[in-house]
Amino acid sequence: MIEFHGVTKRFRRVEVLKGVDLQIDRGDRVALVGSNGAGKTTMIRCLLGEYQCGGKVTVNGLEPRQHRTDVLKQVGFVPQISPPLKMPVGQLIRFAAGVCDSNPDNMIAVAQELGLDIRKIRRQPFNKLSGGQKQKMLISIALGRKCTLLVLDEPAANLDPEARHIFFQLLEERRDKAAMVISSHRLDEVASLVNRVVEMDQGEIVLNDHVADDVDMTSMLRCRLTLVRPSKAFAQTVSEWGFCDVRDETIWEGRVAGPDRLRFLGMLSRYAAILKGIHLDEAQDA
Amino acid sequence: MKHLMLTAIADISESLRSRWFMVYTLVFGGVVVALFVSGLTESRIMGFTGLSRMLVTYLQITMAVLPLFVLITTVRSVAGDREAGIFEYMLSLPVSLASWFWGKLLGRFFVVFLPVVLAMFGAVAWGIFKGVEIPWIQVLFYTGFLISLAWCFLGIGMLVSTLARSSDVATGAAFLIWLFLLLFLDLILLGSLIKQGLPPETIIAIALANPLQVFRTGAMLLFDPQLVLLGPSAYVILDNFGETGYLLWALVYPLLVGSLCAWLGYRLFRKGDLP
Repeated sequence: MIEFHGVTKRFRRVEVLKGVDLQIDRGDRVALVGSNGAGKTTMIRCLLGEYQCGGKVTVNGLEPRQHRTDVLKQVGFVPQISPPLKMPVGQLIRFAAGVCDSNPDNMIAVAQELGLDIRKIRRQPFNKLSGGQKQKMLISIALGRKCTLLVLDEPAANLDPEARHIFFQLLEERRDKAAMVISSHRLDEVASLVNRVVEMDQGEIVLNDHVADDVDMTSMLRCRLTLVRPSKAFAQTVSEWGFCDVRDETIWEGRVAGPDRLRFLGMLSRYAAILKGIHLDEAQDA
Repeated sequence: MKHLMLTAIADISESLRSRWFMVYTLVFGGVVVALFVSGLTESRIMGFTGLSRMLVTYLQITMAVLPLFVLITTVRSVAGDREAGIFEYMLSLPVSLASWFWGKLLGRFFVVFLPVVLAMFGAVAWGIFKGVEIPWIQVLFYTGFLISLAWCFLGIGMLVSTLARSSDVATGAAFLIWLFLLLFLDLILLGSLIKQGLPPETIIAIALANPLQVFRTGAMLLFDPQLVLLGPSAYVILDNFGETGYLLWALVYPLLVGSLCAWLGYRLFRKGDLP
């Protein structure tokens, strides 16, 4: 579906991509990881036809630069940093749906699922929305149309746990219909969403591996946490995950989206010293 | 065509919400109001009276202000959008590069042209209300000149925006272009002629190549068919072009310059990295 063949990109004297070879097939969910400056964004921009590059990039046999509209009609893109667009939310949706030949209602429906009521904010300038709202809008535009490739740059970074869970469900629905490239500088952020990991370092692919794909993206985990003593910082953090205090701020209960488990455990590791017990099991009513 | 219209409409609504547009509209509306308040329509200076006198003055002011506004706002907006990451997102949507570039140009043209012409037609409407005779032919030619001038500097602005990689560089370059063209208006050319001893043909050729000067001379020609105000160089213009010929030149030449610059800008935009 996607082929990078000897792709190079140079900015003046700096070679940012050094002959990248990569093949991504339908159903592949690729985590594109690497530190800052590794070449992830450049690679994505080459894939979107935004950069001129050496070598060859094709999507379903078409070069993104030469067949721009045909290729991009198949691609849903969510950037890491939201563009500071001043246009109202309603107009942005109309514009995106117009150029993608899609139905704006589908985008609005996805936004609704993510907990964003477009009717209430349709007159608001996009750049005045909160970080989470912007992210939900961009996800809605990407997922609210038919596409066979999703390119997501740190897509869930600004989402609350509930919206993350719905977002994972939406990805699950497209699991077999589309390929996904999910870029992140941290593997634990995206590990459970993917079945392949491609790690980049200084413009080269240093790891290209398949990973265990057993996590059900729609699953939910029931969780009970016991602390040795109450902690304000801990209380604030778990409250953001939607947890409730069961007894004197020492026992907390809540639910964690299945694909979020690694990220959740990563968060808990910061409070290892005050954790007395962690109990996680799959909820039946996910 | 649909994508082009969507891009143009998006650019128009983006501009209408921005502060520069409010300032821009207020400047041109304010100029017309100031000219009425100052009683210019009642004065008789060098044979020009009433609305004709006012339009001459308005056009002279427009010549200085419009290109600067068009250049600065275009480069700041286009290069600024690219710098801020707007291009990265908007150009990830399946809009063709031609629709994006020309749609932006058309939207911007509408936005820069509208306040200037509205202010001028506001003055005309006021003239009709007051029972003043309206010089319709001149008004129509002036409208044409304004379209031509706005398009010319829009094209230059789009070219500069494509070439410059940051909005600061683009703004600086746009300001220098405006200053350069302003320096080569007829008075300075006359000074050069006297000081440097350059052949008059060279000086006149430079004047004919400067879209600001072409606009200015065209506007003068409408009210002063013998170009008495211009002095001896009027002979060269009238001998080589004739009155109608020069009016056509003043309409077509800036349009050509703007189109050529815009086309070059588009070629470079297509060839280069987008964000």
